[in-house]
Amino acid sequence: MILLSARIELIRRSLPALLGGTVITIQLTVLILLFGVFFGLLFAFGQVYGNKPIRWFVNGYEKVFRSIPELVLLLLVFYGPPSLGIRISPFNAAVLGLGLRATAYMSQIFRGTFKSVGSDQITAAYSLGMGKYKTFLFVILPQAFRVFIPPFANEYAIILKDTSLAYALGVAELLRQGQYIIAVAYDPLSIFLAIAAIYFVLTFGVTRLLKILENKLKIPGIGVEIG
Amino acid sequence: MLEFLTEFMIIDIFVSNFGRLMSGLRFTLTLTFVVMFFGTIFGVLLALGRSYGIKPISWVCTAYIELIRGTPMLAQLFILYFALPAYGIRFSAVTVAYLGFTINCAAYQAEYTRGSLESVGADQYKSAYSLGMKRWQTILFVVLPQAIRWSIPAWTNEFIYILKYTSLAYIIGAPDLMTQGKFIASRNYQFFRVYFIAAIIYLVIVLISTWIIDKIEAKFKIPGFG
Amino acid sequence: MGDEDRPLLNIKELKKSFGDNLVLDGISFSLDTGQNKVIIGPSGTGKSTVLNCVNRLVVPDGGEIWLEDTEIVSCDNINEVRQEIGYVFQGFGLFHHLTALKNVMLGLTRVKKVPKKEAKEKAIAKLERVGLLDVLESYPAQLSGGQKQRVAIARALAMEPKLMLFDEPTSALDPELIGEVLNVMRKLAEEGMTMLVVTHEMGFARAVSDEIIFMEKGRIVEKSSPEKMFEQPENPRTREFLFKLDELYGKGGE
Repeated sequence: MILLSARIELIRRSLPALLGGTVITIQLTVLILLFGVFFGLLFAFGQVYGNKPIRWFVNGYEKVFRSIPELVLLLLVFYGPPSLGIRISPFNAAVLGLGLRATAYMSQIFRGTFKSVGSDQITAAYSLGMGKYKTFLFVILPQAFRVFIPPFANEYAIILKDTSLAYALGVAELLRQGQYIIAVAYDPLSIFLAIAAIYFVLTFGVTRLLKILENKLKIPGIGVEIG
Repeated sequence: MLEFLTEFMIIDIFVSNFGRLMSGLRFTLTLTFVVMFFGTIFGVLLALGRSYGIKPISWVCTAYIELIRGTPMLAQLFILYFALPAYGIRFSAVTVAYLGFTINCAAYQAEYTRGSLESVGADQYKSAYSLGMKRWQTILFVVLPQAIRWSIPAWTNEFIYILKYTSLAYIIGAPDLMTQGKFIASRNYQFFRVYFIAAIIYLVIVLISTWIIDKIEAKFKIPGFG
Repeated sequence: MGDEDRPLLNIKELKKSFGDNLVLDGISFSLDTGQNKVIIGPSGTGKSTVLNCVNRLVVPDGGEIWLEDTEIVSCDNINEVRQEIGYVFQGFGLFHHLTALKNVMLGLTRVKKVPKKEAKEKAIAKLERVGLLDVLESYPAQLSGGQKQRVAIARALAMEPKLMLFDEPTSALDPELIGEVLNVMRKLAEEGMTMLVVTHEMGFARAVSDEIIFMEKGRIVEKSSPEKMFEQPENPRTREFLFKLDELYGKGGE
């Protein structure tokens, strides 16, 4: 058995390396979220306003990228481009692979959010002489944003946890940093518990913050749960 | 470009490794079903413990649910696979897969079930009490059956989720579809092609599963529920 | 059956507050076997709380409630007492996951431990009594409000209660569905069921009740026979309330 003081000392000494891994984890999370929000929004618009082929494509894309396991996507993105002569770093492969998946989920979330704003709101905006653009910006968006927060918080937590899969490509994110330390100092449990604690703070802490934001922005009558 | 397109020519590999791929798929599916079965049972018990248990029980259930949901599944598998042996507790990769996924699944199922339990209205309790039902009878015969019906869509989503995540068995080396894929690729060096085959198999299985689940849900639908 | 003079239900000095809000301020009245009493009064005056206290779904702060020789507030077998008292709610409270038949059967099989076959026969008989033989296998979501409330009545009756409580049983119904529920209740009264009813249906109150209790702000303002209450109420508050009801719902009559 390892003394508690020895454990604490080990965690203290390992902290810089673990925080280094945490930074990579956060970088991955933020880039994947940005990727997912950007393309997800684009796809959602395509779904709502696009013609038939576009809608068909978005539907197919969502189905495919929601069905293939995250790990498989990562490996495909990692091993695919080299056969084209393109080099892709493990980090970029992780962003691209999980980003493609995030796009599919984000697109659905955005679509659900837009739909949550009733057509009477749009009719009312048109009746005031607003165009499509102004209606979207001043009527739909402010209402949709509030509905968007809960599923977004959920998706954030999923992406953050999924970045641990970049381990399989050799990205030095939090989990792999932990494995490096364990290889040298043989006390895996302390290190893993420290890692779990960091993940927990990042998921639970941020989803709590988003919950507070949600409550702050709450308008009586808006905030219906969407599937 | 043409060279890349040839990467998608996979039929040879699929045919010559059919047995191994199917054995991997069989493991993946068995793992998924067993994990779902026990994960759902434990999940319901955790949800009941959290919502109706005395303070210490409720607190333990809450902590379990939040800690598991707040950390990556891979980290949980690593704790079972790499950390416990330091304390003399040694599990095979297969055991870790069954155990780890069940532990994870239970927490998510518990959270969905809790949401449904809490959505059952006060009028249902009031009616049950007015008939002379005790608290446990009310929970067991009135609240839980309704909560389960509200939970079914989330539970079946979890099935798809677990089906996909069993691919993490690849990282610890339990013989699922991806591990078999890795084995094949390590011999023929056709990593992309092999994983592409795996992706298609997952896609087909997930699409078939969702189709079957929709059929079953439609068949057992009760008017007034979703 | 014990003392002939003793009422079936006897409420003495019932008191209840929710926080600072005094809801019941010393309510006393009694109900003999076979009697029907109707409680009327403005909303928020504690009428429903009286019924909830009788079933101890709300625990009173003070006073006594006697069902024959059991004191409900302090008894330790409340689940048995509740079986003696049928309760019909404004919002129906049907179990959403069960068919009409199973709704009526549940209390019999799970509480009274009646064998399934017997419970089913009994449930069908009660549903027949409220005129619902054609919807046995329907789920609550498939029933009209009037049908739901009649299932709820059948469910309560199946327990063979000594006393039935009705808490605004028609308030959640569309006007055209009120009649079917009131008819069932009227029939019950004629058959000798002891009933305590909170309602705004003055026609029903007048035709069926032995006594009308007018409550306001947690107190009983006036209680008397329906004839006296409607023709010459003593208290000016009662007069005012009945006048307003007349304006809203029409004269107390059919």
